[in-house]
Amino acid sequence: MSQIGSFALLLALALSAYSFLGGLLALVIKGAGSARLGETARRAGVATFAVVLLAAAVLVMAAFQNDFSIAYIFHHSNRELPAPYKFATLWSGQEGSLLFWALLLSAYGLVLRLRYKTDVRLFAHASVIIAAVQVFFLLLLNFAAHPFAVMQGSLPPDGNGLNPLLQYPEMVIHPPMLYLGYVGFTVPFAFALAALIMRYPGEKWIQITRRWTMVTWGFLTCGVFLGAHWAYSVLGWGGYWGWDPVENASLMPWLTGTAFLHSVMMQEKRGMLKTWNMWLIFSTFMLSIFGTFLTRSGVVSSVHAFAQSSIGDWFVAFLAIIFATCLIFYVKNRSHLRTEHKLESLISRESSFLFNNLLLLVACFTVLWGTLFPVLSEWVQGTKVTVGPPFFNRVNVPVALLLLLLTAVGPLLAWRRTSVESLKRNFLWPAIGALVTGVVLIALGMKPWKDVSYFYSLMTIMLSALVALTVISEFVRGGRVIGRHTGQNLFASMVQLAHRNTRRYGGYIVHFGVIVIMIGFAGAVFNQDKEQEMGFGDKMTIGAYTLVCQSYTQDDNPNYGSEWAVLNVFKGGKQIATLNPERRFYKASQQTSTMVANRSTPQEDLYVVYEGQNLDSGRPIIKVHLNPLVMWIWVGVWIIIAGTVVALIPNAIPVRVPAPARMRAEPVGAGD
Amino acid sequence: MRIEANVPADSLFVSSRLLSSRAKRGIWVRRGAGEDQDSSSLALLGMTRWFLRPGARLILLALAVFALLGAGDQSARVNDLGHRMMCVCGCNQILLECNHVGCAYSDRMRAELIAAVDRGDNDDMTLQVFVQKYGTTVMAAPTKTGFNRVAWIMPYLVLVLGLTMVTLIVRAWRSRPLVLPVGAVAAVHGAELEHFRDQARKDTEV
Repeated sequence: MSQIGSFALLLALALSAYSFLGGLLALVIKGAGSARLGETARRAGVATFAVVLLAAAVLVMAAFQNDFSIAYIFHHSNRELPAPYKFATLWSGQEGSLLFWALLLSAYGLVLRLRYKTDVRLFAHASVIIAAVQVFFLLLLNFAAHPFAVMQGSLPPDGNGLNPLLQYPEMVIHPPMLYLGYVGFTVPFAFALAALIMRYPGEKWIQITRRWTMVTWGFLTCGVFLGAHWAYSVLGWGGYWGWDPVENASLMPWLTGTAFLHSVMMQEKRGMLKTWNMWLIFSTFMLSIFGTFLTRSGVVSSVHAFAQSSIGDWFVAFLAIIFATCLIFYVKNRSHLRTEHKLESLISRESSFLFNNLLLLVACFTVLWGTLFPVLSEWVQGTKVTVGPPFFNRVNVPVALLLLLLTAVGPLLAWRRTSVESLKRNFLWPAIGALVTGVVLIALGMKPWKDVSYFYSLMTIMLSALVALTVISEFVRGGRVIGRHTGQNLFASMVQLAHRNTRRYGGYIVHFGVIVIMIGFAGAVFNQDKEQEMGFGDKMTIGAYTLVCQSYTQDDNPNYGSEWAVLNVFKGGKQIATLNPERRFYKASQQTSTMVANRSTPQEDLYVVYEGQNLDSGRPIIKVHLNPLVMWIWVGVWIIIAGTVVALIPNAIPVRVPAPARMRAEPVGAGD
Repeated sequence: MRIEANVPADSLFVSSRLLSSRAKRGIWVRRGAGEDQDSSSLALLGMTRWFLRPGARLILLALAVFALLGAGDQSARVNDLGHRMMCVCGCNQILLECNHVGCAYSDRMRAELIAAVDRGDNDDMTLQVFVQKYGTTVMAAPTKTGFNRVAWIMPYLVLVLGLTMVTLIVRAWRSRPLVLPVGAVAAVHGAELEHFRDQARKDTEV
């Protein structure tokens, strides 16, 4: 089986190399045969997908068949591993996850190459660039991180098993989502570089790649938050984001990708920021590769990085090649990126996008800086330092607050110029609403003067209220105008409004999701926790809850042994739930894992962890966290997904309408 | 709760030490330094008189309240300091968030932290002791000394530079002259009009 896999990988490398070289020659050489050569290169690119898929299928089959002759399967699977996790074996280790990278890249390449008729020459350029990236990953798989390497000596009877932390349902979804995001940025990168190389006229390439970018961004968002939810549910420390280098690696391309999604509108609408957008998408792709490098090189220590290996050098070389290529073509063709319009006013949508981009990039820089500072410190002063949550929270929270403010103000600004009166008119009621929110919160007992974290929390909620009110007012104002013309009720009018301009109103829904998440983050200031040894009938009180230990017991199955407690939860003297926090001991890997019992409500999470047993008394040690508003984070992610889907739906009504009708309809796009 | 080990007696003791040292400083100011043995008995008399003054009583009351508040803040201090340090077992978690039962380090480190707070060591001294014992990586964030200051300055510096740059760019773009063709006021028709309409649509659409 390993021979089939190895052969498939070699064949995939040959095909992608042909797709790259053949495609390149077809673009460079002008002649009758170049079109045919280009077509064979495209087909080779299509075939690459089938062959990489075969290699991945072989690895998964090897996991299901317990083929421990393959070292990767021996290290990441075992006989008793449940079927879904055997499937997840594909991305649970270094070599397999690189194969998964290559598979997703070839899948994206397949879609791109099948849609080549949209613009044959642009797609041919993009196909060559994607083939070059494929060549890199297939070289890595064939010569540096071979997933089909065989075990030396006698065959082991069983494997080491999958890391217990990865044996959780979300782990079957989280990595594919994250990788779809990481890998997906290759496509807009390829189109951007292709457009630069070709000196592609107009902004059509941006329109072509807009959906790619949004889909990719959506996947990355899902991946990042699924990771946060997994950490919250499995790691058992009561938090969802620890500013670990691996988490940071996923956040950086998300930040630059978000900046690109905003600033690209300036290029589409006004022909501005061409150079900026080009480098923004280059940076996003390079940060995706850099993130992969961070998690695999051992350059920074992390809870869930892959094992240290020599493949870090490959990534450094690849990053250098990408940067050099981008720089060379930028220097050569930068005259093509001249801006077409001038900025007319500081109070305009354009300037709000500029500041939005600045803040997103400062946040990205801060994350990158904090992640790499330990390495820099060791290099400069010979001692390594830790850069953990206190640093990231302190420097990033003010930036996030400024971003929230811009999220509130930006949609109220029109392109080109907005009058101060118009801004005042649109901003007054949301601002009053935000102030009232702040006053109410202080009246309810929030003390922003007590500590800077309380101040930040209050500001976050107030600014979130401001954003929510501006978004709602945009929908209501537009809905009313449509309602007046169609006689529909307000809700139906708002649905129609969103359908008329899905991108704009989908974007507002995404903004709404972001503020719901931010409110969830703000709740962290009020977190409480308590730890106690609990025997039969023992009680623990935290917040309004009382937990009573009904019993504690043990169980065993072929995959793991477990200990858990049965805790009755009372609130106001009434039993409201029974929770079973659990701790597992996985036999194959000889590692423990936590299964958190969480009672989640919109108000707060009662998060209960079975920490272990007191060896003397044999009684369980229970740690309880009371985490307010965490559910809002996950609800916010669903709202973001819904907004992204809305933004991807084509507009219901053709935009090109007769001039008089458009003039009447102009107030619908309030602020314009 | 492990971090809520209350030690009010110790905090009062610490506070009384603080009180007495402050009282001594008050005498030195009024009587001057370098007094002989006799002057110390005078100082004691002066101190007694000072204690009897209404203002002094108020100050003492305030200090006592402060001390008692300090007793209640013991766990808050442990909580604060424990969140400024990492567990050094390699789990990469904040000290008070390390949830490994039987972790070779976190239980011991927490106990040491509580003991340090009980002793009345100030925050800097407590952290310094941990750094000496466990190395610089025990701190969850870079200190604000030496080269580590760069870690804190850079993000703000980049933000300020970025804001300045964007402001300059906006100003430069605004002052860029608008290029108008000769006789530009002429009416537009056909494809050119369509182009302008298209641009207007773009400007007002999103």
